[in-house]
This record gives sequence, structure tokens and C-alpha cells, in this order.
Amino acid sequence: MEMSPKRGANILIWAVLLTMPYWINWIGGYTSLGSRVMVLALAAMSLNFLLGFTGVLSFGHAAYFGLGVYGMGLTIKYLVPSTVAGTAVGVVAGAAAAAVIGLLIVRLRGIYFAMATIAFGQVFYFIAYRWNTVTGGDDGLSGWHRQPIDLGFAAWDILGSDRAFYYWVLVCFAGATGIMAALLHSPFGRTLLAIRENERRARFLGIPVDRHIWLSWMISCFFVSLAGTLYALLNNFADPHDLRWDQSGDFVIMAVLGGMRAFWGPLIGAAIFVVLQDYVSSQTQNWMSFIGLFFVLVVVFFPRGVLGILHRPSSR
Amino acid sequence: MSLLQVESVSRHFGSLVAVENVSMSVEVGELRAVIGPNGAGKTTFFNLISGFLTPTSGRIVFGGEDITNLLPARRVWRGISRTFQLTEVFPELSVQQNLRIAVEIAAGYRLRPWLSRREDAAVSIRATDLCNKGGLANVETRLVGELSHGDQRATEIMMALALNPRLLLLDEPTAGMGDQETYNITRLIRQLHRDQKLTIVLIEHDMRVVFHLADRIMVLAEGRMLAEGTPREIAANERVQAAYLGQA
Ligand SMILES: Nc1ncnc2c1ncn2[C@@H]1O[C@H](COP(=O)(O)OP(=O)(O)O)[C@@H](O)[C@H]1O
Ligand SMILES: [Mg+2]
Repeated sequence: MEMSPKRGANILIWAVLLTMPYWINWIGGYTSLGSRVMVLALAAMSLNFLLGFTGVLSFGHAAYFGLGVYGMGLTIKYLVPSTVAGTAVGVVAGAAAAAVIGLLIVRLRGIYFAMATIAFGQVFYFIAYRWNTVTGGDDGLSGWHRQPIDLGFAAWDILGSDRAFYYWVLVCFAGATGIMAALLHSPFGRTLLAIRENERRARFLGIPVDRHIWLSWMISCFFVSLAGTLYALLNNFADPHDLRWDQSGDFVIMAVLGGMRAFWGPLIGAAIFVVLQDYVSSQTQNWMSFIGLFFVLVVVFFPRGVLGILHRPSSR
Repeated sequence: MSLLQVESVSRHFGSLVAVENVSMSVEVGELRAVIGPNGAGKTTFFNLISGFLTPTSGRIVFGGEDITNLLPARRVWRGISRTFQLTEVFPELSVQQNLRIAVEIAAGYRLRPWLSRREDAAVSIRATDLCNKGGLANVETRLVGELSHGDQRATEIMMALALNPRLLLLDEPTAGMGDQETYNITRLIRQLHRDQKLTIVLIEHDMRVVFHLADRIMVLAEGRMLAEGTPREIAANERVQAAYLGQA
């Protein structure tokens, strides 16, 4: 059987992700840099489910990411020392907030929607920032760390081994992106493409557009809060800045940088972003200007993002 | 039996009267044409029936049910399907995908996160069938945005048909088309009407098309109904000739 380019790319990406901890040191990286790429890639891909495949721009995804972060941190610190419990709390908190806020903003479109997401997002930032006694305020939430995962027959020591933690991130990443990919190839996913392409036509084909946008928003926010729980584990720390609008902006930059019409675009964008950040910030304080400059160049010369160079809009 | 009953609807935009006190009753299986000069309110009238706009006053009954204030999607679920004067399609998706989306919605799959092989195959067959009927077989895998105007319009009409409507509203389907394309679309519409007994309301500028296809014609001018009758009656109507046909 002949292999399609798409299938080839998928195999390549999974091969790279599966083996990364075994060669990343040779190319000057380190395992937790790989974990960081994957966590932020998951956040950017979740955002892109809404942005690239439903045509709806959110500038407030850091709120749900941050709820994942704090859900994890607060659970382990105050409730139960369990990574799995923290994941559940973080994801439920993120999804619950998204459900309510989604209902309030789902009728808005374009820039009005984006601004409403920022406004609601900032509420969570201020809560984390002000509520010193619980969240640690501006200092962040420290004094806790990720917990080994009890598999029944053995413990998965994600605390003691960066490599073990990498594979925990990979498992979550694979599950989340697998579900998103499957959804995008389903009738439901195609209604989202329809809304992105032409809302009026979608509506007059009988798609209740607001309801489908709300569902897409929920899926997107659910997985971005999962990414948040992983980010908390990665840092063993919860930072109020994880909730702030500029963190949302980073996710948008990653998606646009890599190519928001390509499923794996935000992964490439996140890799570029994280590696540049890691490298440039060790050379200069002003790394954000470099990212900004790079971003502008990509948007000007490759409006479809880095993967957009390879990836013409495909018909299948 | 009348499928659609529009009862003295009006629609004002501020002080502008786009549609004023227009009534229309369309029988099952009828092909009704709506004609009138530019700005007569024909598209606005369609917008009221399809739910794009709600009337300032009046009532719309479809299949015995009052639909005056229903949301567009709910009217689609009840069987009203439409095309637009300016083509509305999914430009960055292929013809096959455009049709597939419509077929899946018609099959009630819009919230389904997966399809069985059998369901998927049935959807593909139906989409391909629509493609062939619309004369789009040779462009099936192309992006709709890259197609000729005529093929884009044909795609939109086939999407509207994919929904298995009880009432099809076509807003100037042959606008901007060449002779061959106009002929193809006209033949398709006639076939839907004759063979499938589909109820159709058609806005059309091309009088050859109108007189060739329509069972009855309604004439609008400045938002009001000027005349209504068979093509023969309309052609003989002096007010229509004065107000409309004479200009052309
Ligand atoms: N959404 C709208 N807002 C304001 N005026 C409108 C709107 N839609 C249509 N009109 C006006 O209503 C009148 C009828 O327009 P339309 O129904 O498009 O006519 P037709 O389709 O017969 O050419 C025109 O004067 C048009 O400018
Ligand atoms: Mg018009």
C-alpha cells in the first residue's frame, strides 16, 4: 500500500516524540525541555481546535490553562498527594469555568468574542494574585511537588525521573491529540469546519451554530486545562502569570507561528517558541523581542505559518 | 394542499419599507417564481421565509405550523432549504466535503463523533450521487473556492438539495451564469420539479427561465405585490407590463 504524505508525517512525529528522551541530550537539549515543548504544544493545539478548525479566536485560554495549574497545585498541597486526583480536579475546574463563561460569550463573534475571553480570563488571574493565603499570591504556589503514580502493580516514578515524567506527558498528549484528531474527522468535526468556512451557510444547512461553537470551546478548554495540570507538574509550582492574558497570547503565537490550518502546526510553533525562549533567554533578558520579531517575519512571509509552507489547503 | 402560507408579512428597515403586506400560498409540488425589479424586496421576502429576518408584522405557516419566529436552523429541520443570491459555500473545502457535510446533517449525524464504516460509505455514495446530478463529477476533489462561478452555484444548490427539503428556495440561481450553465441549472430545476415533485420557490431575473419553469408567478414592486397568476396571465397583465416587463 502506498503511504500518503500525511500518514508519513504522523509516523515521523510520533517516532520523534516517542524516542526524544534518548537523543535530546546529544543535540544540546534536555529531557524536561522536551516535556515543556509537549505541554505547551498540547495547550496550543487545544486552542487551535477552536481557532484553526472552528474559526473562533480566544485570547483567554490561559484562564483554563491556569485553572489546571492551580487545580493540580492546590490539590496536591492541601487535599490529597495524588497526581491523578490533581489532574481530575484541574480538568474539572477548567471545564466547569469554561462551561459557564462559554454560555455567556458564545453569541459574540470575532474581536468581541476575543475581548470577552480576555476580560473573563483576567478575573481568574486577579483571584490567584490577590488570594494570598491560599494561592500564594504573586509569589506563586510552592511547597509541593508531583507525586509518583500508583499503577496498582508498580509505581510510575514521575517525580524521581525526568524521563518517566516525559512519558506521563506523552501519554496525556497522545490521548488528547488522538481524541481531537478523531473529532475533526467526524461529522461533528466537519460541522466545525463548516462554521469556520461560512457561518451563514452552516446555519442554513441546519447547524445550530452557537451550540456547536460552545461544544468546540468546551473541548478546547478541557484539553487546555489538561495541559495546565501537566505544566504544574513540570514546574512543581503554580505561577499566577500562567493565568494571565499574555500567556494566552503565547498560545495564539504558537498556533499562528506553526500554522493554524495544519493539525500539527501548533506543535511546531511551540517547539520553535520554547527552544528560542530557552536559547535566547540565556543570552539576553530581552528574549520576547526576538520572539516578537520572528513572529512578525513569519506572519508577513508565511501567513499560513511554518507548516503552511508545506501544507497547501488540502481537499481531503 | 398548501405547504407554505405567507400571511400579509411586512418588513421595515427603519423608515424603509422593504416588504409591505405580501401574502402567498404555495401548493405542494408547485414551482412558484417571484419576479420584480431590483430592490423590489424579493430577497427580503426569502429572508423572512427562511428565518434570516423576522417580519415586522404578519405570519408564516409551513406545513400547518406557525414558523414566524423560529430560528433558521429549526426551519431547516422542518424542511425549508435555501440558496443565496451571492453564493454561500465552504470555499476551502472540496466539493465532495461540501456535499458530505450537508448529507451528514440530513442523516442526523451532526453531533456524531464517529461513523461506522457502513454509515460512512452510505454518506460517500450519496455525496457522489449529488455531485454527479449537479454536473460536478469532474471537479469533485477540487476546492470549491477555486471553481468557476457556475460550479460554485451548482455546489450550493446541490447542498441545499442534500438536505432532502420539502421546500426549496432559490435566489436567482442563474445570476451571472453563461448560456450553457443557465441551461444546465434550468434543466436541473425542471427535473426536480417534474420528476421529484419538489416544491420550489424561485427568484429569477431571466424571463426565459421564469416562463419556461413556473407554474405560477408573483410580481413584487417596491415591496408590494403587483400581480399574481399563471405565466400566461402575468404576460398579459398591463400593470406588470408597465411597471416591469416594459423596462426589460
Ligand atoms: N438588512 C437590510 N438593512 C437595510 N436595508 C435592507 C436590508 N436588506 C434589504 N434592504 C433594502 O430593502 C430593499 C429590498 O431589497 P431586496 O430584498 O434585496 O430586493 P431584491 O432582492 O428584490 O433586489 C432594498 O431597498 C434594500 O436596500
Ligand atoms: Mg435580491
